[in-house]
Amino acid sequence: MLNINNLHAGIEGKKILNGINLQIKPGEIHAIMGPNGSGKSTLASVLAGKEIYEVLEGSVDFLGKDLLELSPEARAAEGLFLAFQYPVEIPGLSTTNFVKTAVNQIRKYHGQEPLDAVAFLKMMKEKMALVNIAQPMLSRPLNEGFSGGEKKRNEVFQMAMLQPKLAILDETDSGLDIDAIRIVANGVMKLRNKDNAVLVVTHYQRLLDYIVPDFVHVLYNGRIVKSGTKELAYELEERGYDFIKNEVNILEPGI
Amino acid sequence: MNEDVSTIEREVLKEYKYGFVTDIEADEAPKGLDESTIRFISAKKNEPEWMLQWRLKAYRQWLNMKQPTWPNVKFPTIDYQDIIYYSAPKQKINPDSLDDIDPELRKTFEKLGISLDEQKRLTGVAVDAVIDSVSISTSFKEQLGELGIIFCSMSEAIQNHPDLIRKYLSSVIPITDNYYAALNSAVFSDGSFCYIPKGVHCPMELSTYFRINASNTGQFERTLIVAEAGSYVSYLEGCTAPMRDENQLHAAVVELVAMDNAEIKYSTVQNWYPGNSEGKGGIYNFVTKRGICAGINSKISWTQVETGSAITWKYPSVILKGDNSTGEFYSVAVTNNHQQADTGTKMLHLGKNTKSRIVSKGISAGVSNNSYRGLVHVSKKAANARNFSQCDSLLLGDKCGAHTFPYIEVKNNTAVVEHEATTSKIGEDQIFYCNQRGIDTETAVALIINGFAKEVMNQLPMEFAVEAQKLLAISLEGSVG
Repeated sequence: MLNINNLHAGIEGKKILNGINLQIKPGEIHAIMGPNGSGKSTLASVLAGKEIYEVLEGSVDFLGKDLLELSPEARAAEGLFLAFQYPVEIPGLSTTNFVKTAVNQIRKYHGQEPLDAVAFLKMMKEKMALVNIAQPMLSRPLNEGFSGGEKKRNEVFQMAMLQPKLAILDETDSGLDIDAIRIVANGVMKLRNKDNAVLVVTHYQRLLDYIVPDFVHVLYNGRIVKSGTKELAYELEERGYDFIKNEVNILEPGI
Repeated sequence: MNEDVSTIEREVLKEYKYGFVTDIEADEAPKGLDESTIRFISAKKNEPEWMLQWRLKAYRQWLNMKQPTWPNVKFPTIDYQDIIYYSAPKQKINPDSLDDIDPELRKTFEKLGISLDEQKRLTGVAVDAVIDSVSISTSFKEQLGELGIIFCSMSEAIQNHPDLIRKYLSSVIPITDNYYAALNSAVFSDGSFCYIPKGVHCPMELSTYFRINASNTGQFERTLIVAEAGSYVSYLEGCTAPMRDENQLHAAVVELVAMDNAEIKYSTVQNWYPGNSEGKGGIYNFVTKRGICAGINSKISWTQVETGSAITWKYPSVILKGDNSTGEFYSVAVTNNHQQADTGTKMLHLGKNTKSRIVSKGISAGVSNNSYRGLVHVSKKAANARNFSQCDSLLLGDKCGAHTFPYIEVKNNTAVVEHEATTSKIGEDQIFYCNQRGIDTETAVALIINGFAKEVMNQLPMEFAVEAQKLLAISLEGSVG
C-alpha cells in the first residue's frame, strides 16, 4: 500500500529526513517512535503534502500512484488521512459543514455525485455511534474551544467519515489523559479492517497498549535505525531512547 | 512561505461578473454642476416649486462646505464639474406595463438576476429597479397597495405623496449634515420611498436594485422608509456597475423612521465595481445612512455586506430616541487589491433603556485598507443604556491593513458599554488542514471566510444569504494567506 524509498526531506534549508525506507501493507499497524526532534512529525507532514517541507530525494508509492506528485487534497482523496497533533480551529464553521464539504469534494474527485442531506445525515449518525461522539459537538465551530480530548475525538470522527486507506496518527496521545487516550484509540481500532492500515507516530509507548502495532520502527536523526515488533516499544519505554542513541553512535560515530 | 501565499492568491482569482455595459440611448444633463443643473433635474422630474427650492438651498450650503478629510482613505481630488448629474435611459418613465420597457433594459436586469416580471420573480420580494438616475419599474405595487403600503420611486412619491415627503425628507439627515449628503440633496435624481401604515406587517421583502450604466455619471439616490406605529418591514438594496477605467461617484442618502413598536430591517449587499487589480477605476461609494427610532420599543437593524467599490465611506447609524428602543449594526466589509473601506456605525443613545449591538467583520486582502470606525454615544438622560460592540478583522496576506477606531462617549453612569476586538489571519495551517481532508484551497478559503462572517450573514434574509456567501468568496480575488 505504502512504499517509502530512500526519502530525504527538509525545511528552509535544514535537512530532517535522511533516507527513510518503509513498507506498509493493507491490514497492518505500524508505529514510528523516536525522541523529540528525530523527524517523526516531519515524516507525517511530508506524506500528507505540507508545502513548507521540501522533498530532496527518494520516492513514495501509495496504492500504485506517485504520492509526491499529488496535491495534498488529491492525497486525501486517494485515501491518505492525517490525524493532526494540533487540529486547527476554524471559527464559525461547524464540524458538520466541514466534513460534508470534505466528503463531497472527495466524491467529486472520484466522479461521484454529492451525497444529499438525508444520505449524509444517515452516514453521520452511523459514524457518530461508532466513535462515540454526540451531535452538539459537531454543531460547534470546528475545534474552537474544544478540549484536547475533544479535538482528538473529532479527528477520529472525521477519519470515520472519510474512510481512509491509510490513517497516520501524529502524536494523537499528546496532551491527553489516560481515559481520553483509551476513547480515541478504541475509536481508531473500531475503524480497522483488512483493507486499511494505520501508521502511529508517537513518543510514548502508552498509546500502543490500545493500538497494538504489528511493527515498531525507531526514528533517530531522520532515519529508521531499528525495527521490531511491539516488544521493541516496551524496551524503549523501559530503557529510554538513550540506548538507541548509544547504539547508533557506536555504529556510526559521524551522526 | 511567500510561495504558499501566491498559491492561494491564484486559487481565488475571479472576475467581476457584472462589468458589462448596456447600449441604450440616454437622456443626459450637460456635464458639470451649477444652479442650472439643479433646475434642469427638477424640471425633468416635473417637481413642485418647494422641491426645487429645497434642492437649491442644499446646493448653496454645499458650496460653502468642504470634503471631509478624516476618513482613513486616499483618493485624488474629485472634479465635481467633470460629472454628469443626470442620465436617464430614453424610454417612457413609469411604464404602464412591462412591454413598455426597453427590451435592452429588461435584458440588463435579467442578466443581473433581477427579473422585473412579477411572475418570474423570487416569490415574496418586491423590487424597485433604478438605472443611473431613474427608477424603471416597481413590482407588486398593487398587492402592497391593498395593505396601504406605499412602495414607489422617490420621483413618484414627490408627485403623489408630497405631504409625507415634506414631513420626513431630511428629517433624519439634515441637508447640511455632511458634504456628500448636501450634494445628494441638491442633485438626487431618484431612489425608493416606502411607507408602512400603522400596524401593518409588510408581507414581502421590499428591495431596490441600483445599477450605474452610463459613463462619467454620478448616481445620487435617495431612499426614505417610514414605519408607522406597530409596523414591520424588511428592505434590501443591491447594486452593481460596469467596469470602467474612470472612477464614478455614488453618493446616496438613506433615511429610516421607526415609530412606536415599529421595526425596520435594512439589508445591503453592496457590489459596486471595485476597480481592477491595479486599482484603476471603481466606484467611490460615499453614502450617508441613518435611522431614527422615534418611538418607544422601536427597532432599527442595519445589515451590510460590502464587497464592492474602490472606496467605501459609510456609517449606517441609529438615533435611539424612543425609550426601550434598539439599534443594531451587522457588517461584513471585504477589501481586496487596492480597495479602501472606512465604515462602521454610530449608535446615539438618547432614550432610557435603549440598547445597541454592533457586530463588524472586516476582511482585508491584497494591498487594501479596511477600517472600522464607530461611535457609541450615551447622552445624559439615557439611563440604563446598553451597548455591545464586537469588531473582528481577518487579514489575508501581509500587505493589507485593518484598523479599528472605536469612539465611546458616555454621559450617564448607569450605562454599560462593552467593546471586544480581535484580529486574525487566515493561516496556512487552516488551509492545509482543509486540504488534508480533500478540500481544495479555493473552497477552503470560502469556508474560512464564511465562518468568520457567519454571525452577520445569518442576519440576511434567506433569499439573499446564499448569493451573499458566493459573493464573499468571489470578491476575494488575489487574496492571500
